[in-house]
Amino acid sequence: MSGMPILSIVTWLPVLGALFVLSIRGDSEFAAQNARRVALWTTTITFALSLLLWTEFDTSSAGFQFVERVEWLGGSISYHMGVDGISMLFIVLTTFLMPACILASWTTIQDRVKEYMIAFLLLETLMIGVFGALDLVLFYLFFEGGLIPMFLIIGIWGGGNRVYASFKFFLYTLLGSVLMLLAIMAMYWQAGTTDIVELLDKSDFPAAMQTWLWLAFFASFAVKMPMWPVHTWLPDAHVEAPTAGSVILAGILLKMGGYGFLRFSLPMFPLASDMFTPLIYGLSVIAIIYTSLVALMQEDVKKLIAYSSVAHMGFVTMGIFTVTMQGVQGGIFVMLSHGIVSAALFLCVGVVYDRMHTREIAAYGGLVHRMPIFAFTFMIFTMANVGLPGTSGFVGEFLTLIGAFQVNGWVAFLATTGVILSAGYALWLYRKMVFGALEKEDLKLIKDMNWREIAIFAPLIVLTILFGIYPVPILDVTAASVDNLIDNYQAAIEAAQSVLVE
Amino acid sequence: MYSAIVFLPLFGALIAGFLGRAIGARASELVTCGLLTISAILSWVAFYQVGLGGDAPGDIHVLTWLNSGMLQIDWAFKIDTLTVVMLVVVNTVSCLVHWYSIGYMSHDPHRPRFFAYLSFFTFAMLMLVTANNLLQMFFGWEGVGLASYLLIGFWYTRPAANAAAIKAFIVNRIGDFGFAIGIFAVFMIFGSIDLETIFANTEEVAGQTFMFLSWEVDILTTICLLLFMGAMGKSAQFLLHTWLPDAMEGPTPVSALIHAATMVTAGVFMVARLSPVFEQAPIAMDVVAIVGATTAFFAATVGLVQNDIKRVIAYSTCSQLGYMFVALGMGAFGAGIFHLFTHAFFKALLFLGSGSVIHAMSDEQDMRHMGGLRKLIPVTYLMMVIGTLALTGFPFTAGYFSKDAIIESAFAGNSGVGTYAFYMTVIAALFTSFYSWRLIFMTFHGRPRAEAETLSHVHESPLTMLVPLFILAGGALFAGYIFYNQFIGAGIEDFWRGSLADFGGEFILEKMHGLPAWVPWMPTVMMAAGAFLAWLFYIRNPSIPAALAAQHQPLYQFLLNKWYFDELYDFLFVRPAKRLGYFLWKRGDGWVIDGFGPDGISARVLDVTRNVVRLQSGFLYHYAFAMMIGVAALITWYMFWGSAH
Repeated sequence: MSGMPILSIVTWLPVLGALFVLSIRGDSEFAAQNARRVALWTTTITFALSLLLWTEFDTSSAGFQFVERVEWLGGSISYHMGVDGISMLFIVLTTFLMPACILASWTTIQDRVKEYMIAFLLLETLMIGVFGALDLVLFYLFFEGGLIPMFLIIGIWGGGNRVYASFKFFLYTLLGSVLMLLAIMAMYWQAGTTDIVELLDKSDFPAAMQTWLWLAFFASFAVKMPMWPVHTWLPDAHVEAPTAGSVILAGILLKMGGYGFLRFSLPMFPLASDMFTPLIYGLSVIAIIYTSLVALMQEDVKKLIAYSSVAHMGFVTMGIFTVTMQGVQGGIFVMLSHGIVSAALFLCVGVVYDRMHTREIAAYGGLVHRMPIFAFTFMIFTMANVGLPGTSGFVGEFLTLIGAFQVNGWVAFLATTGVILSAGYALWLYRKMVFGALEKEDLKLIKDMNWREIAIFAPLIVLTILFGIYPVPILDVTAASVDNLIDNYQAAIEAAQSVLVE
Repeated sequence: MYSAIVFLPLFGALIAGFLGRAIGARASELVTCGLLTISAILSWVAFYQVGLGGDAPGDIHVLTWLNSGMLQIDWAFKIDTLTVVMLVVVNTVSCLVHWYSIGYMSHDPHRPRFFAYLSFFTFAMLMLVTANNLLQMFFGWEGVGLASYLLIGFWYTRPAANAAAIKAFIVNRIGDFGFAIGIFAVFMIFGSIDLETIFANTEEVAGQTFMFLSWEVDILTTICLLLFMGAMGKSAQFLLHTWLPDAMEGPTPVSALIHAATMVTAGVFMVARLSPVFEQAPIAMDVVAIVGATTAFFAATVGLVQNDIKRVIAYSTCSQLGYMFVALGMGAFGAGIFHLFTHAFFKALLFLGSGSVIHAMSDEQDMRHMGGLRKLIPVTYLMMVIGTLALTGFPFTAGYFSKDAIIESAFAGNSGVGTYAFYMTVIAALFTSFYSWRLIFMTFHGRPRAEAETLSHVHESPLTMLVPLFILAGGALFAGYIFYNQFIGAGIEDFWRGSLADFGGEFILEKMHGLPAWVPWMPTVMMAAGAFLAWLFYIRNPSIPAALAAQHQPLYQFLLNKWYFDELYDFLFVRPAKRLGYFLWKRGDGWVIDGFGPDGISARVLDVTRNVVRLQSGFLYHYAFAMMIGVAALITWYMFWGSAH
């Protein structure tokens, strides 16, 4: 295995697929069909290859694995890739969701199919790159590069109000990324390198500088998460994005913020992280309660799920900044689980949207009469969203909360109320859409899911239940790296305190 | 064997759920019923081995669930006497309800789904009672909540059923909130949530305090109260009881299984399971007893005036659960579980009997439209009478042994709380007897009040419904007499073998023998008085109830509207939450964040550009003028500051 640059292959294979799609001539239906097939094959093979990362992964090691390093820009900036227990599973999640996205767009997207597929394939490379990059500049390129295809996907294939949504999305993220770029430059001047591994090893920025760097990175990650109060781009972006766009947005893009906190904020700026922990707790708890309450009142399906995503991300930030084993592992777990569950929920919405072309909750009702398979699928993911034990949604929430309770009782106490509220909005949504009498005329001929759709959901259902009952494979992967992260963090805090004492 | 007991119902649920349409309704019924029957028989074998034979296998590891740092949680079964008692209760009633449902649901097009839910419920309940750690218990706990949600809302076209299902789930979640925080606290204190570890370290922790939120509080009291909050939700205790009566929207077999015999007793089971912890927390014990006694009294008062046959029994269940908590709170854990055990029989009997009535009456549930049915459905009538006798504690029936033991234990507790509990339960016993006989008299005696059309259809239920009734009737009559000795009598040591804490247990038992002579008579006297009053009101002189209701209109309305809890909660919680949500959405997100954030910024940018655009007027003299001013400004600046250097 050692000879094969498996990580690079996984990263760049989608670009190769995109080039193939580009080479398809003509605009006929035949060409479009070819584009879909190429995209599906590319993403499937990428997923299969990415599984090698998991099977070959050494769970006992906390360091980076599958490392590749090539000189790139003037020696100091290099093409440096690698994964550890924190990042590896996000890559697998990305490659896992992509085929589902392509399949979900199979019939929905009829305009500019080639361009659509190219955008998605490029997006895949950029997303994998974010999680695999071990150089700050490289990371930044991937991180911000991902905005462009997403911006286009919303702006071109989105709904009626897509321009407003994509502009809002862009404005928010731009604000964060500018500050992050400044921070990256500052770090380079201070440390003389942009290599993440080196920065991690000898991260000894002065305390005052840490504060500023932390804030700059925070601006970017908080928008990406999104944390309250910079979350309002998300509901709009989701509402306007095509189904597959929502899936990627909720499934992967939101996770980059959490990943950033774990990769940069905690290990590189431990003192600042420690200082700002109350802020994060406050924002997380507000996010959980506030957005859950807002979700209760939504009239648009996608907005409701978007708000519920913000609430779930509140559990992530809360868990990560507890810097306890359970909290951090739980935070990662919530992200992975939410990647599956929220993606599936948006796919569920896509199923009925494709048939009815409305996202209004009131337009539905009694779907179970005509769509029992859909009702079952939607029930599974509703329950996972609610955090019912036995689904993957529970494991992460439980771990973050139990971690938070060790550190701060109030935070855990308030966050746990989210458990009640989430049951409220999720069950209410389910009841309005699926239960009740089938009264609306235009719903009476609606068809249940077809085989293509069942094929999309089956793996998602299996994983949701499997990781709810047996989450050990995931927890094993993350354990060593998280343990290492926490040790270094604690050591840095203690060192700083001992300096103060002297 | 224990794995088989737990997982067979799950297989049944999966087969009926996924293959139900392929193999047909009849096959689904037979598969689930068959597997459940095997499970039930094995449970009795286990009861015989562990309970009577004293051959407990201890913990059985199945699979690792979670491991994160210090937190290690397994899927594992804890098998001791308490577990096997619960296995017997759950599987026996579930098995009978399965068979009964074949008859009761025979007209329903969604039978495979119904049986899948029933079996899934049984599985979750079994996971709950076999749990060897708190999280697995929580898994079962929420699993039964899900099953209950699905089954209450089984007839999903009815708005009332949907509303009741959601209400049940959410009210239970409020209890679970406490349960979850209790688990967090247990982990913080004990570093583990395995029952073994907790029990081993309880004494060490007793009396110590810790910081909970912002207050310095006693550890065990806090943990017990938090966990008890979960129990209150699940067992529909006072303040968190509102979901149970509404849950009667579900099919009647569901009410019998979930909302009478098994799920609602999960809270009682939990407290009993954690009895080694609770016994070290006297304040928590007092709270348990007070809540139980209040519920017993409160629910009985509401039961007096309800007209829906199932709601009467639902409030009765609520009230009887209160009795169980009184026993637990007094430290008579064995008596609490004994009542749970006997109650399962006679309450399931009453529910299934009332189901038989409803089935016969073409889905009529209002007792005001019944009456005179005893000649039309005599077997059901007999069964209901047996259930009522057992519930009211007629001598030598099941309830006589278990309920009287609770009332006596309350008196023997000899404390302020005990006295409160004693009087509450005694009064509740009077009410219980009254509303139970009222139910019998209104339904089966007097003149028929139903329409002739309905009456012409009244028929005795098929055997698949009646045989389960006979079995349950047997239990209702004899379970108390047969098992008295093991549960609370002289054989208590050999039977429980440390699966329940013996906090004052024997002490209470001993004191119960030395009570003043009038105390053991009280329940029986109350039972007779209640029956007499019911007879007076509904047979002898049926005009009394209406006259009384008219005379005490406010009181009557207060009881009829269940102390106005639903209205109160709606006013206090539901509507403010919605209003707040709407406010935060429109004002918070829309006006403040977007207004001052992206929308505001873009509006300002647009303002600026609009003004800049206005400058570009296209007239040459405008530009020339601007240039002149610019040059003038530049020179001025240079003259004043530039030359200073």
